[in-house]
Amino acid sequence: MLLSLAQSALPIGISGIEKRFGAVSILSSLSLDVAAGEFLTLLGPSGSGKTTLLMILAGFVRANAGSIKVGGEEIITMPPHRRNIGMVFQNYALFPHMNVFHNIAFPLKQRRVSAAETAERVERALDLVQLKGLGERRVDQLSGGQRQRVALARAIVFEPRIVLMDEPLSALDKSLREHMQIELRNLHRRLGMTTVYVTHDQREAITMSDRIAVMDAGRIEQIDQPEVLYARPRTKFVAGFIGESSFVPVESRNGSVWYEDRKLRMNDAAPSTGRHLMVVRPEKLRLIAGEPTGDVNVLPAIVGDVIYQGDSFVCYATLRDGRQVTLRDYCRSDVLARLPAPGEPVMLGIDAQDVVLVADQ
Amino acid sequence: MSLASASLGHASRRDGAINADALRAHARREARGLFVLLSPGLFLVFAVIIVPIGWLFWLSLFDETGQLSAANYARFFEQASYIKTFVTTFKVAFTVTGACVLLGYPLAYMLSQLPRRATSICLIFVILPFWTSVLVRTYAWLVILQRKGLVNTWLMDLGVIGQPLPLANNFAGVVIGMTHIMLPFLVLPLYASMKAIDVDCLRAGMNLGASPAATFRQIFFPLSLPGLASGLVIVFVLCLGFFVTPALMGGGKVIMWAMRMEQTTSLYSNWGAGAALGVVLLAVTLALLGLFHWLLGARATGVWSRR
Repeated sequence: MLLSLAQSALPIGISGIEKRFGAVSILSSLSLDVAAGEFLTLLGPSGSGKTTLLMILAGFVRANAGSIKVGGEEIITMPPHRRNIGMVFQNYALFPHMNVFHNIAFPLKQRRVSAAETAERVERALDLVQLKGLGERRVDQLSGGQRQRVALARAIVFEPRIVLMDEPLSALDKSLREHMQIELRNLHRRLGMTTVYVTHDQREAITMSDRIAVMDAGRIEQIDQPEVLYARPRTKFVAGFIGESSFVPVESRNGSVWYEDRKLRMNDAAPSTGRHLMVVRPEKLRLIAGEPTGDVNVLPAIVGDVIYQGDSFVCYATLRDGRQVTLRDYCRSDVLARLPAPGEPVMLGIDAQDVVLVADQ
Repeated sequence: MSLASASLGHASRRDGAINADALRAHARREARGLFVLLSPGLFLVFAVIIVPIGWLFWLSLFDETGQLSAANYARFFEQASYIKTFVTTFKVAFTVTGACVLLGYPLAYMLSQLPRRATSICLIFVILPFWTSVLVRTYAWLVILQRKGLVNTWLMDLGVIGQPLPLANNFAGVVIGMTHIMLPFLVLPLYASMKAIDVDCLRAGMNLGASPAATFRQIFFPLSLPGLASGLVIVFVLCLGFFVTPALMGGGKVIMWAMRMEQTTSLYSNWGAGAALGVVLLAVTLALLGLFHWLLGARATGVWSRR
């Protein structure tokens, strides 16, 4: 029965959501479509409105305007207990006066499921989150990871149409968090429920999501698949928030883009005339010896510092205009052999296909 | 490792434990030091709790002539008035505790749900009576509740009643006056425990399909029980030994245990009998607390004890 979620997963259509607290605008005219069965992550710094949006979806916070449709049905004014949306809270919000079994059985009890079926479904949910046999445990006897699993089991045991997760892994230590990311991902693949996941951890978002909506100041900056988001950020904020980036000022004129007096080779068409920023990822830069070959752009720079990190090294370099850029490369023997020294002038190369420009705000 | 210990010259010890004796001695010294630090507190407890109670018990064993006897305790079973006082005391304590719960639970709930500024203002109104003398408050109630008091005058002027209601100098008066005095003792711990309930737990309840009423019944109320229990115990125990309000509001018709003690000692100067009253009250209170603890413990199986 728990495995039948895939068919019942529903799309969510969010449009024109506005939320103000007093004079402060938290969400401004936010629209977003989540496909049935999709794992969508709301990623953003604290205060970007991602949790508020989740609270509006769950029905705990009333929006000032907007529409939320689940499978075509408007739910914006529906009270939370009728929405049939599962939610995993940041601090788990397990009921401390109930044991594990009763926590997970709670949603079934509200739905007047018979005792026999409740027992069976709780058992299966426990099995699914690998907590078989822990039904009689008290909540305070569980570790953080186990509580997390109970919260998850409780959120999916009643086969909700949608599951919301509010930074569910933030309280776990690093290794457990990484393990749970994979587990949550696999669980989603198996059950196929439409999932909206909130996090401020870009690595977590990239690991788990079908698509990521990057939020800042109550707006969605960009919504794309993780690899598109990383490779083709559309704004400076997205480029800075996802992965590491240095920004190099460039200018677009007469249909081509110039870095100082050098014409940039790039695959994309030149943007509108004016100043732009080139997004430079550390791993896209490389040290060039001699004359550059192929479709590569060359940036002259002075090496500031070289940090050896075992498998790789990081090189901080200063461009002629004083901008800092970072270069990271693996320690192959040919690279190691000619590792530059601090103060040494070098040529940094970036391939034409890796040139990404964003507006200079 | 072995090299290091060998070089320190301790590796030859049979158990191989380095500095074991020194560490044991250090632990003993620390324990002694802690005991010395603790001794003023222990002395205080001994001097102001153990000694007076022991003395009380000792006094209760002597009759008026100074002879060692059980007469003071036999009186409880022989004299009907003692039993009546005893019953009255518990009747008052139960009624007042019940009234405090009926009034205090909604009040504490409201306090816990209000915005923070409103809560602090309302809390001042709860705590304010604490700063006024019990005697003053009791006399104020007498003024309000007596035959020609505010309540009766208004009700008669409005034509609601033809005869003044008997609100003072009886059981009702005692309960009203005591409820007013006891209410903060219930509200404050209850409010604290309600405030500690995680909002996300209530949200989770609704998210999982429980209506607001069901969420209150199945989550909020059970989670508020520890605070309710401690408030209940405080109020009940305070009621058992309360003197001023029942003495003034009862009009001599409601005799509680503490009033009996006062009579026995100051009117009849029978210190043995008074002491026996104290010992019995203490024993009964402790027994009740034990019973209460056991009942709660059995029901909650430790779920409330740790959050």
